[in-house]
Amino acid sequence: MPPRTLFDKVWDAHTVRTLENGQTQLFIGTHLIHEVTSPQAFGMLDDLGLAVRMPERTFATVDHIVPTDVREEPFADELADQMIKALRANCERHGITYFDLHSGLQGIVHMVGPEQGITQPGSTIACGDSHTSTHGAFGAIAFGIGTSQVRDVLATQTLAMSRPKVRRIEVNGTLPPGVYAKDVILHIIRTLGVNGGIGYAYEYAGDVFDRMSMEERMTVCNMSIEGGARCGYVNPDQTTIDYLEGRPYAPQGAEWEAAVERWRALASDDGAHYDDVTVIDAADIAPTVTWGINPGQAIAIDEDVPHPDRVRPEERAGVLEALAHMKLQGGAPIRGTKVDVAFLGSCTNARLSDFREVAAVLRGRRVAPGVQAIAVPGSTLVKEACEREGIDRVLIDAGFEWRAAGCSMCLAMNPDKLVGDQLCASSSNRNFKGRQGSATGRTVLMSPVMVAAAAVAGVVADAREVFGTAEAVSA
Amino acid sequence: MAAIAPVRTVVGRGVVVHGDDIDTDRIIPARFLRCVTFDDLAEGLFVDVRFDEDGRQTGHPLDAPERAGATVMVSGRNFGCGSSREHAPQALARAGFRAVIAGSFAEIFFGNATTLGMVCLALGDADLAAVQAAVDADAAAELVIDVDEASVRVAGHTYRGHLPDTARSALVKGSYDPLAELLGADAAIGAVADALPYVRAGGAAR
Repeated sequence: MPPRTLFDKVWDAHTVRTLENGQTQLFIGTHLIHEVTSPQAFGMLDDLGLAVRMPERTFATVDHIVPTDVREEPFADELADQMIKALRANCERHGITYFDLHSGLQGIVHMVGPEQGITQPGSTIACGDSHTSTHGAFGAIAFGIGTSQVRDVLATQTLAMSRPKVRRIEVNGTLPPGVYAKDVILHIIRTLGVNGGIGYAYEYAGDVFDRMSMEERMTVCNMSIEGGARCGYVNPDQTTIDYLEGRPYAPQGAEWEAAVERWRALASDDGAHYDDVTVIDAADIAPTVTWGINPGQAIAIDEDVPHPDRVRPEERAGVLEALAHMKLQGGAPIRGTKVDVAFLGSCTNARLSDFREVAAVLRGRRVAPGVQAIAVPGSTLVKEACEREGIDRVLIDAGFEWRAAGCSMCLAMNPDKLVGDQLCASSSNRNFKGRQGSATGRTVLMSPVMVAAAAVAGVVADAREVFGTAEAVSA
Repeated sequence: MAAIAPVRTVVGRGVVVHGDDIDTDRIIPARFLRCVTFDDLAEGLFVDVRFDEDGRQTGHPLDAPERAGATVMVSGRNFGCGSSREHAPQALARAGFRAVIAGSFAEIFFGNATTLGMVCLALGDADLAAVQAAVDADAAAELVIDVDEASVRVAGHTYRGHLPDTARSALVKGSYDPLAELLGADAAIGAVADALPYVRAGGAAR
């Protein structure tokens, strides 16, 4: 057999057949659902009189609409209350495993899968959420789907999919001190564009990804979709195996040994064909922040915001629109921009390692007056782990609000919202107009440590300066 | 399952929503996703750019009286990027749109829209600009989209665009909702499942 990429191996093993229009009928090994994009799918099944084909292969949790302060039901928001009740009823009726609000295991769906060992190398994973690409960190082919496709997976455990091309993105060398996984993916998106990945799966490879922890790999894969790539993955290695060992749904005993052997054979073969290869030097990546209204509108912290007269003509209208919304001056530094809210959270950056890094720099420091700072762990397990380590105390002492797990202010479907044109330094993934709950709200995306720096300084700031030497803040 | 109607042409008046990278949060803000059906989504369509904070109309083209009843939306590159929410094409469909013409489409939006029988036709930059100008100039201008040819005719000119063969074939044959065909492979699905060690073992499920 000719050398193949991991993508080829996984796709081929899950191919049921070619459909009439040329798409692939692809078997979905693991299906994740949540309260926002599933109720209509269950409704469609009912209308058609169809059952769930393999209920044991779907897992559910509740994340988007849950309040992060008062968690008692019924929720104050009647619509949100209706949604959690619908999810609970649908799971019960169809025999689907559901990590409920007070199960101790609830969290953002893209946190729960890995934590439980449900996310495994070589599997296909679908979920009605674009950040399903997160699970690619394990060498899974994982992508977001629409609600009609949630219906398709429930009814058949398969999807009609077009096979994407594969682009290998190598980041080689060593990241400078104070540069994090978030900066790497923001740099990649800035380089390749928000639509550069359309039609591609991204394979992240090279020294930097080889050295990354699973949590860092998840941060990168999570934002593949912001670059237009529906899925992104890292080849599984010892780091992957070590992470999964002993997790509740990971294989056990003899099955574990067999699984490890299979996983090791999954990595892309030497000489495999890629449709495109992009190589980036790690030394070129700096702490990166967005200045505009899509994640590709990003600059290094010490760069100036683009001036509309100095960009390519086809970019000018977009730059002007972004500057107007962000109330920023073209050609001026992004540093020093006043911050109203600091948000630590989301499926991109709300894992234990993120909070550890933040606590290390925040100890003994205070959030600037006038800044509302909120910390929302991605899962209940992360929340408890932080509390065992005293991280919650450090954040609370610094002036952060310490909340319960959910999507929260990443997309503001729960009560956590920006007000008016507040500017939010955010560890989340999208800076779209209105994304954080106010039509005129402004989002500046950055790494968690940079959010901490912005919270302390009260302005967009370089964490390496706010917290002393670069060495002091590097992972 | 009921047969679905082929979509060979879309004929109607247009409205231009200018700009590249129109994301699905813009098309339908997240607060409108607090629902368990798609029934009432039309009211949220582009709502945050159509109304200011005091609820006054901002003069958005969607609210121009002469654009009422438009069935073809024309926009820029990378339309529908961001969130996978099917609520976005559902809101467009419930507001009466049968087709979107853009420079390019984000992948998940494209799939979601096509499954609803909504035509997503991509045009090159110059042709897109010409179609935008024609539609902006005349609210009464009729657009005729020929799905099989992947073309649109407006103001006396025909513009050839791009529609992937998979979508074109599915639209003209009336198989754009794949569920019936997916259901037809039950034995083959079982065979693939049985051949996957992680599935056979019960895999993640215990």
